[in-house]
This record gives sequence, structure tokens and C-alpha cells, in this order.
Amino acid sequence: MVLPKNQPDTLANAHYKIKLEVFEGPLDLLLYLIKKDEIDIYDIPIAYITEEYLKYVRAMQELDIDLAGEFLVMAATLIHIKSKMLLPISSTQASELEDVADPRQELVNRLLEHKKFKAAAETLWSRAEIEQAVFTRAPIDSDKDNPEIAATIFDLVSMFKKILERRKEEIQVEIANDKLTLAQKIKEIKGLLSLKEQISVSELFNNAKSRTEIVIIFLAVLELTKESIIGLVQTETFGELIATRRDISKAYDPLANQAYT
Amino acid sequence: MLLEEILVKPMTRSPIKPILEALIFVADQPIQLKEICQVLSDEDPKEIEQILSDLVIEFNSRDSGMELREIAGGWRISTRPCYHEAIRRYLKTKPSAKLSLASLETLAVIAYKQPVTIPEILEIRGVSSSSAIKTLLDRRLIIPKGRKDCVGRPIMYGTSKEFLIQFGLKDLSELPNIEDFEELLAN
Repeated sequence: MVLPKNQPDTLANAHYKIKLEVFEGPLDLLLYLIKKDEIDIYDIPIAYITEEYLKYVRAMQELDIDLAGEFLVMAATLIHIKSKMLLPISSTQASELEDVADPRQELVNRLLEHKKFKAAAETLWSRAEIEQAVFTRAPIDSDKDNPEIAATIFDLVSMFKKILERRKEEIQVEIANDKLTLAQKIKEIKGLLSLKEQISVSELFNNAKSRTEIVIIFLAVLELTKESIIGLVQTETFGELIATRRDISKAYDPLANQAYT
Repeated sequence: MLLEEILVKPMTRSPIKPILEALIFVADQPIQLKEICQVLSDEDPKEIEQILSDLVIEFNSRDSGMELREIAGGWRISTRPCYHEAIRRYLKTKPSAKLSLASLETLAVIAYKQPVTIPEILEIRGVSSSSAIKTLLDRRLIIPKGRKDCVGRPIMYGTSKEFLIQFGLKDLSELPNIEDFEELLAN
């Protein structure tokens, strides 16, 4: 329904001053038109209002405002009501004139209902504004809020010490593995945490083959914690360290930390 | 004073009242009578209720910066709205942005017609309300309330406890009567 540009009756030529208002929907637009021309909502001159309504709809199209389908449905409804009102009432109908429903009635009911909710919305907001001026106490820490104790770096270090001690005897020969990098390890841990919500930190060390690897895993955990990619928690003081997923989608940039790689 | 003396509750005829006040102060959500009765399980719920209403009268008659009131089905101590300017200066906060007209109207329809489906809201507002619904869900003002037993089984929405808190209502029956708006419009 785009107006051809060469048609003389386009908006640019017709001297309409369009005050651009954002209408929430067709009912809003109709209410605006009714108010603007001080029309009695119970006795809407349907031909006039249809024309006014269509002017706005065309103007909105002209201005390339993305027109919601509802506006066109309402245009059709208005035209339908208008045509119904133009139809002569047959003599049989005329005799029962009292029973012939006004074709506008349904639309009027909808407009009134809509108006009611608009008024209700305003009243609600004024209540909310009062409540916004009211302040309550900030939440107090309770065990309900933090069932886990955030682990400190000391917990991690003491755990690392234990692992190294345990492994002392096991590791006999160390073969330098140049390929093992911190970035690689970080990727590995992130991969593990993308599968599981949380993982025990000691589990990460289980398959470490060398002292170097243990150190790299340790550094990886430190780095991931620092970057808030993972979180370290304990379920009790001195309990087991658990790495939890925080923001594993966050990119780890090994270049920024080249000293470690 | 010794620590023991401070921590032991003072002997008065009705020690429940100060405990009630302390409990309401500490709760970060409006505390329900049910919850109070659970904590004070030795006391008669009827008596608690009576003392609670005494406390409200007493609390609100003293000329303080705080008020005790019933909100969202519980009891809450908060500052009085008239002192918001000084509080905002201290907290360095601004009131949160007004909800858009579309969101507010959608919220009004949901509040009065709940549980209500999106097509039913469309019927009243004459416009699709899906983005408004999303905003209201994000702000936790509305919550899904199951599905309607009809074609397509659309989700029904209703207002949340957060709605009652943010709009200062004891419960939904405190909403201004929608028919009053009709009279308002007629005048």
C-alpha cells in the first residue's frame, strides 16, 4: 500500500501538518483523533473518523514508519462499519429498529475499555513513583545467601603444595615438553567446564604427568580466577576447592599474558 | 554493662513486641505473619497478631523517618517517602526510568485481567504486546502462570510479588477498582 510518488494527492502536496506522535496502536490513534476533534465517543461520525484515520495511516507510510499490521486491520474495520451504516435498513428491520445493533457499538466498547486501562496504567505509575521514594535496609548476609565460602589464594597455594608433595615420589623422570603451554591448559580447563558446571580442583591435577604440568595447571587456575572466568569456592573452611564456571565464554588472550606461555 | 546483660532480653510484661520489631527490621523481604509465628513458635499466633497491630500503631505514631506497613503479604520497615531527597543525596541514586507507556498499559491489563494470555492482551490493547511482555518479565513484574486450556495452549501471565512491592500494594485486592476509572472518564 505504498502511495505512488507522482500522485497529486500525496502528503507533500496536500497541506497537512503532521504532528508526529508515536501511537501505541490503532486504538490509541483513534482515541487521539476523537479527543483532538472533541468527538462524542458514543456517537462517532464514522465516515469522518475513517477519513482522518486513513490520513494518518498514509502519513505514517509516507514517513516510512514501520506500520504494524494492526493499523491496517483497524482501517478495514472502520471501512466495514462505514459501509454497514450506509446500507439502507430494510423495512422488516426498520420495524424492529430497536433491536438493530449500532454497527459502531463493538468499536466503542473496545475504545472505552482501552481508555480505562490507559487511565489505570497512569494511576499505577503514580503509585510506583511513591514507592520509589521509599528505601529499605540493604540485605544482610545470611547463610542462605552464600552457601559457599569464597576460597582465597592461600587455599589454592596450600593445596598446590600438598599435590606437589604427594607427587614427589611418583615422578621419576622428567622429560621436557616444550609444547605444553599455559594457553593450551587454559583452553583445556575451559573445555572441561563447558561440559560441567563445576569441577574439583584436585581432579584437574589427577592426570598431570610432570612437575612442569602441575605448575602449568596451577598457573592456569590462577589465571582463570584472576580473569573471573572461573570462581573458586569451598563448601566448608579447609574443604575441597571447587572451580565453578563463571564466564567461560570470555576470551582468554594468551598474547596479553605472553610472559606465562 | 556486661555482654551477657546486653544480650539477655530485658524483662518487660510483653517481650514479644520488641522481638517483632527486630524481626521486621532484619527481614530483607516483607516478613509474613506465618514466618514470624514459625520463629516465635511458643507464642500464640492470635497474640502475635494483636501485638503486631499494636506495634504498627505505636511505630507509626512516633515521628520518625521510618514507617512500618503491610506490603506484598508481609510486614516491612522502610523510610518514609517524604525523606527521599536526603536519602538519594546520600546513596547517590536516581529513581529508575519510567516504564514505557506500552509496558505500563500492558502491565495494567495483566494486573486487572490475570491470568491473561498474549492474544487476550492484544484484544484489549489493539496492538501486539510481546516486547512489553519481555520488558515486564525482565523487570520481574510479571510471571507466567501456567497455560490456558484452549487451542495453542498459550501461556497465561500474572503479576508477581515484586509487582506488589514496587507498586506498594498489600495484595491484589488493593488495586484501585477498574470500574472507578469508567466513572472517572464519564465525568
